[in-house]
Amino acid sequence: MAQDLPHSMLAVQGLIKQIGDQKILRGIDLSVAAGETLVIIGRSGSGKSVLLKHLIGLMLPTSGQVWIEDQQIVSLTERQLLPIRKTVGMMFQGCALFDAMTVEENVAFPLHEAGERDPEVIRTKVAEALDVVDLTGHEQKLPVNLSGGMKKRVALARVVITRPHCVLYDEPTAGLDPVVSDSINHLIRRLQKRFGVTSIVVTHDMKCAEHVADKVAFIHEGAIYFYGAFADLICSQDPLIQDFIQGRSGDTD
Amino acid sequence: MNHLVKRRVNYVLSELGQIAFLAKDILLSIFTFKVVWRDLLYQIYSIGVKSQSVVIITGAFTGMVLGAQTYFQFHRLSMDTAVGAVVAVSMFRELGPVLTGLMVAGRVGASMSAEIGTMKVTEQLDALRALGVHPVDYLVVPRMIAMMISMPILVVECVGIGIVTGMFVAVHLLGVSQVWYVNYMLKFTALRDLEMALTKGFVFGVLIVFVACNEGLKSQEGAVGVGRATTEAVVIGSLAILIVNFFLTMVLNIFFPAG
Repeated sequence: MAQDLPHSMLAVQGLIKQIGDQKILRGIDLSVAAGETLVIIGRSGSGKSVLLKHLIGLMLPTSGQVWIEDQQIVSLTERQLLPIRKTVGMMFQGCALFDAMTVEENVAFPLHEAGERDPEVIRTKVAEALDVVDLTGHEQKLPVNLSGGMKKRVALARVVITRPHCVLYDEPTAGLDPVVSDSINHLIRRLQKRFGVTSIVVTHDMKCAEHVADKVAFIHEGAIYFYGAFADLICSQDPLIQDFIQGRSGDTD
Repeated sequence: MNHLVKRRVNYVLSELGQIAFLAKDILLSIFTFKVVWRDLLYQIYSIGVKSQSVVIITGAFTGMVLGAQTYFQFHRLSMDTAVGAVVAVSMFRELGPVLTGLMVAGRVGASMSAEIGTMKVTEQLDALRALGVHPVDYLVVPRMIAMMISMPILVVECVGIGIVTGMFVAVHLLGVSQVWYVNYMLKFTALRDLEMALTKGFVFGVLIVFVACNEGLKSQEGAVGVGRATTEAVVIGSLAILIVNFFLTMVLNIFFPAG
């Protein structure tokens, strides 16, 4: 996959992450084309979220390379990474909303930090972002007063307000009921179509994967076990993949 | 045993390394800091204004106790009128800055560490970084600048109220002559004492923010980790103030010798 590198929005090569004696990632090669949606699936603890954090430089690999739009980021300092990160948004599993700020302030935060000071411009852009995620009318609420689904939407609005080229989603439907999960899936698709963003979605929700994926990567024990279209994944006769799809643990009562 | 010593040395070295990196980041950021007045004023309010009651009460009762104790000792030597000088010099040069530092380390240091620690364990720091914002620029530097402004003012308040309450006790409750009290106080205190108080206050303020933010930024393991970071911020901050105070006293006495 490394040969696709020049055309990739995001790519990793030979990515290894070891914490103490534990090898979390064991040599991941992956590339995501611009505008594509890649879904990374795998069992809990397989290294999906760790991989996602490496893609935006929030974690440093033990060895291997990461590229964002042809820029190699592993050797960069934290301050050199800051402008590059502005092209890649990330929605965290727990949403990571700033709990002392209202919805409006959370969504406006990236604009403030980018130096925007005109209140009218900020208000208009926040309204647009909240409209995209269907959350108009909740501007003055604090995160503590929002439901799980609403928090995810605010987190997404905060990500898309600066129009990143790529959005990383860490378990976007985790902890949500099926109806809200479905609306989040539609939202991810809508954003991809409307703004043409590249998306990488980490999940173990197969419905989510089916709905949003152009390509699927199945991670097992820190390595890519399967890479291909969702339809091919479903048709695979591999017992490990089938167990995951069917949700079979192999345990007996 | 050898293994334990090695682990302890590794821990201390890694702590020192973290502190050095934080110091570098703060220095890099503080000179290029774009002031967001709303955030800075909020921090000054949170650190300075909200600490006033604690600092004033501390200063007031310390001044009163110091006035009374000094009187009880000096009265036996018929040196009642020197109480004012002792109270003023002690408040300016030691008690004002140190007690203000300890109270602010307890109130503000704990709150800073808990706030940043909670942000760390709830991934809000990662969210900041993902949004292209350096946590030191956004969280540490505004607090540092607010503390640099607030702390000397708090020290002056503590010293001022201590001197006034010390005089109240000595003059109105214990019967020391007000004229001689003020006369000796003015004779033995000068601008150098104020300069020493302000310098100490400034240094202690920097120490408090430095320790509290470092503890917050490195907190781990959820609620337990935040609790530990908060405790360590107060304990290490307070100890650092007391230890640094000794060295500061020795050095500052060269520049601002006692009159």
